[in-house]
Amino acid sequence: MAAQPKLLGTLPSPFVYRVIWALKLKAIPYEFIEEDLTNKSPLLLKYNPVHKKIPVFLHGDKPVCESMIIVEYIDEVWPQNPLLPNDPYEKALARFWVKFAEDKATSVWRMFRSKGEELEKTKKETQEMLQTVEEHGIGEKKYFGGDSMGIADIAFGSVVYWLEVIEEAVGEGAVFEAHRFPRLHAWIKNFKQVPVIKENLPERDWMVTFFKNRREALVGSA
Amino acid sequence: MVESKYNMAEEIKVFRSWSSPFALRIIWALKLKGVEFDTVYEDLTNKSPLLLQYNPIHKKVPVLVHNGKVICESLVILEYIDETWKQNPLLPEDPHQKSNARFWAKFGDDKVSSSIWSDVLMKEGKEQEEGISASMENLKYLEEEIRGKKFFGGETIGLADIALGWLAYHLVIFEETLGLKLIDQEKFPSLAAWKQEFANAPIIRENWPDRDKLVTKFVVMREANLGKGTPK
Repeated sequence: MAAQPKLLGTLPSPFVYRVIWALKLKAIPYEFIEEDLTNKSPLLLKYNPVHKKIPVFLHGDKPVCESMIIVEYIDEVWPQNPLLPNDPYEKALARFWVKFAEDKATSVWRMFRSKGEELEKTKKETQEMLQTVEEHGIGEKKYFGGDSMGIADIAFGSVVYWLEVIEEAVGEGAVFEAHRFPRLHAWIKNFKQVPVIKENLPERDWMVTFFKNRREALVGSA
Repeated sequence: MVESKYNMAEEIKVFRSWSSPFALRIIWALKLKGVEFDTVYEDLTNKSPLLLQYNPIHKKVPVLVHNGKVICESLVILEYIDETWKQNPLLPEDPHQKSNARFWAKFGDDKVSSSIWSDVLMKEGKEQEEGISASMENLKYLEEEIRGKKFFGGETIGLADIALGWLAYHLVIFEETLGLKLIDQEKFPSLAAWKQEFANAPIIRENWPDRDKLVTKFVVMREANLGKGTPK
């Protein structure tokens, strides 16, 4: 019998959680290997020599790197509870939004690391990103994937939940305002209530403390 | 829905500019699969209302319109094309090999191309030297990946080849214009061989943009970036 697949990661990385959600939504058993990014393991360096980053997914002895590439791989190998529609056009729409999340959501992480003028700039960028998704991405759908969750929900779920935490940890004014982004607020509420997601979200208070401490170490006291 | 004169004809339209390497990917993919299509050339300094309607978010080329369905983002379009027209596949069947192809296409766009463009081609002096150093590190990974293979896709051109394709033509021209060489035969023999193979491959070789026009455009862009642009 084949060994369980392995997920190399650290918590609470939002990129790692994307993979965890995909695995849990499909009820795929796996072994989690916690990495210390200040002291990267030989396994990590062997299986992701190019980026030396987590997550890395190991299936047999074959590695897959890059969180959303891993999610698509998982969806292809384990087709139960599909994360992508069958129709190529619907697939393209989902992938468009995944790419948008990948390219534009960096403003959230940059917001986390900045202060003063730079912070204001990244806050604005983040809101512009949210505005685009609010207007063009989610529409009146329950999830990006329609009636059930898909890859775009996974991609944005990791962005928006972490944004909510980072916003609080930074503590310099709201970014993800409910009156400005009503559709996204409805969507993230639905997202967090999906049983598999609910059981696999890092605890919010712990996260806020974690990010407050990290931010202080990175940018100093406010 | 617009009624077509030709009831059985499919609407396949590609919005491109003459120079965009991203749009060129779509041209290659459709031609490699023998799919007939219409081309709409965009002047990116004066974007058409249709382009802005079809790609309101990025306002960029390429855009593919297939029977009224609009798809944006070149790598997304490539996967759509591969799933819709199955002849001459650009991606392998095996999920692991597929994820590998996607990895290298993403590495190409995120790391290789962006650093060569922003940190080498659009810079000079010490900044450019640092950019060259960083780019060399990235190119080493490509060299290892292509070693022993004709194309990144194996025996036939695949997604990663198409994504990295500009290295085999545009970059060569820009290197010559600047008198520098990133992918030289001695340091990167396998990658240099791939460049030859790809640049001269059927279909690919017939669709490169005009060399002189490309040099002119590149020089203008570089000078603008370096703050030396002179009004014309």
